[in-house]
Amino acid sequence: MFEQTDPNQIQLTAEGELKHFITTEGLSLEILTEILDTADSFVDMSAKQVKKVPLLRGKTVVNLFFEASTRTLSTFELAAKRLSADVLNLNISTSSTSKGETLKDTLMTLHAMHSDMFVVRHSSSGAAHFIAEHVTPDVAVINAGDGRHAHPTQAMLDMLTIRQAKGEFAPLSVAIVGDILHSRVARSQIHALRTLGVTDIRVIAPNTLLPRHIESLGVKVYTNMQQGIKDVDVVMMLRLQKERMNSALLPSESEFYKLYGLTMDKLALAKPDAIVMHPGPINRGVEIASSVADCERSLILDQVTNGIAVRMAVMSMAMSGQAKSRPNPHEAGE
Amino acid sequence: MNIHIKGGRIIDPANQLDQIADLYISDGKISAVGEAPNGFVAETTIDASDKVVCPGLIDLCAHAREPGPSQKGSIKTETMAAVAGGITTMITPPTTSPIIDNSAVAELIKDRCNEAGRMTIKPMGALTKGLEGEQLAPMMALASSGCIAFTNARLPIANSLVMMRCLEYAATHDLLVIFQAQDAALAKGGCMHDDSTCTRLGLNGIPESAETIEIARCLLLAEQTGVRAHFGQLSCERSVRMITEARERGLPVTADVSIQNLLLTDESVNGFNNDFHLIPPLRSQLDRAGLIQGLLGGSIQAICSDHQPHERAAKEAPFADTEPGMIGLETLLPLALLLVEQNMLDLPQLIEKLTSEPAKILGLESGTLTTGANADICIFDPTEEWTLTPENSYSRGKNTPFMNYPLRGKVSYTFHQGQQVFPQAH
Repeated sequence: MFEQTDPNQIQLTAEGELKHFITTEGLSLEILTEILDTADSFVDMSAKQVKKVPLLRGKTVVNLFFEASTRTLSTFELAAKRLSADVLNLNISTSSTSKGETLKDTLMTLHAMHSDMFVVRHSSSGAAHFIAEHVTPDVAVINAGDGRHAHPTQAMLDMLTIRQAKGEFAPLSVAIVGDILHSRVARSQIHALRTLGVTDIRVIAPNTLLPRHIESLGVKVYTNMQQGIKDVDVVMMLRLQKERMNSALLPSESEFYKLYGLTMDKLALAKPDAIVMHPGPINRGVEIASSVADCERSLILDQVTNGIAVRMAVMSMAMSGQAKSRPNPHEAGE
Repeated sequence: MNIHIKGGRIIDPANQLDQIADLYISDGKISAVGEAPNGFVAETTIDASDKVVCPGLIDLCAHAREPGPSQKGSIKTETMAAVAGGITTMITPPTTSPIIDNSAVAELIKDRCNEAGRMTIKPMGALTKGLEGEQLAPMMALASSGCIAFTNARLPIANSLVMMRCLEYAATHDLLVIFQAQDAALAKGGCMHDDSTCTRLGLNGIPESAETIEIARCLLLAEQTGVRAHFGQLSCERSVRMITEARERGLPVTADVSIQNLLLTDESVNGFNNDFHLIPPLRSQLDRAGLIQGLLGGSIQAICSDHQPHERAAKEAPFADTEPGMIGLETLLPLALLLVEQNMLDLPQLIEKLTSEPAKILGLESGTLTTGANADICIFDPTEEWTLTPENSYSRGKNTPFMNYPLRGKVSYTFHQGQQVFPQAH
């Protein structure tokens, strides 16, 4: 009885440009390709002597991390600095919220400091949506991970890594292995892969780590790793949180490793030139064997490098879209 | 006070009455339908032409929030919302603060309700002390202080022996037990129906089994103990089938459903709209169809609002961090009229599920326009179009997806025991 509007439209301006980056779901092939192309240009730049561009000069980027993270926070910080922005890192998991301040109050306070961009990580699904839609729609919001919902910059750096290694998306078979249930990374990867043209996307996990009706996202479900990994071009492993062992989801780490851990034996079932990826931090001997993690087919460190470029790309794109969608203060003043 | 309600379409399902006629009220009671009683001189005449005149609605589940967090609502504000919605009796859960597990709280609610002076509140008493699921609450004392039924709300009675004892004790005294069935472990941390929308949004799901497993346990124990049992706010098709099967075997069980679960599905949660964070959750299209089927087939006898007012801040957070529930007193009737508009049932059938059927479940004498009954009356214009706005709504909570939604069917007058309680007298 309510008209269904596409909820993911909130990240676009009226002209269809990115003004927030909240989820890969619902973004067009053109926008995803633009992100990858823009990121490619920053990859080249990062190898040079002078690593800075002035795209975000004079802008204030606030990294708001309500959940601890080292790698995502540091790559976002580096990305913002390479775009010449002023950067403020706030680790809020230990400050305001423990004093009873609501998420909205925290955001409104930062908004009053004239921030231009919020990079947000939060343990609740929908947190980035909430901020972009209801709290500070005139500040560009970049989702750095919200609950189990989305981690779009991680997905895009994965896409960049795949494109660098494989060129085309359409002919690829891609397997995503491990804790799909709790994974925002997997959800964002699936949406991005589908839009970029991959038709054979497989998820591999025991039923306890699969969300209900995951096949509705357009993936094939395998509970047997040997069958699922057969002849794939890309193997994307997910991190298994140690605390899952205490919640009756799995009998033990060793049983999980035996059945779903990526070993050289299992990797041998994939295509000979298959690549291995992992969003990190990796649990050696839990979801991935050291020999696989360190082998030349593993692109785990390339992912980290690409992470900076992809974050620079979405930050510059969102800031440009956001600036265009804002009323010009000079015109308004006259 | 003699009141003459003139020319309305009188719908009184308990007496199978549906005709254009006059209604007469004397001394707070219905004194006649049709011809005026001898010597009746009207002090007030109300023109009800083109309007429906029916018994005041009886809402089987509405939170008034008093005693408790006054920023969410109070008996004063929520009874005003109720009568604006044509509701003259509402049943409130024991999840107040403090909990209704002793007579003092029940008496307080009765006093505050009398003070407000608009309608009848019949609280549900706690089934166990503190709703902790361990010791029996003093049900007879609570009953003598006005509690009409007993429930543990959605809080668990994990120990089946305790549950059995509660039901045995209630059965001893022929007390009605209301189940708001939810398995605590399966529902833990959940905030929406566990299905593909939930998977896409990455939210914690509540599977159907959270409801059906508990219904199965309650049905088996109700059968064993012979207690009168009512199941509130069903959300699953499978639950309806279980209730149907139990009724077919002759068990004295009844059920209700909230209007939102009859109209909406889990797809509404798309985009993390906090107004759709409800417990029980909105479920699939199949579940919705099953609930409608249950309503038409008689397994579900009543429709309630499941009114849950909240302050703004309670709904201003990421979806899972918000408090569940929506307000519904003022929209119960217009939303329920959509079922008539969609030809699922006719108007007298709908009125029955909002008046005489809930009265029958509770063993109340109200819910009818029988001569001599209390004059609890709702007069509404079934075609008037209007919208609920934060400004014109009476509930302290403004949390509903139907805010500013085009509604059809508006209450013109509400009478409680012969007193006009809506619109408020000046």
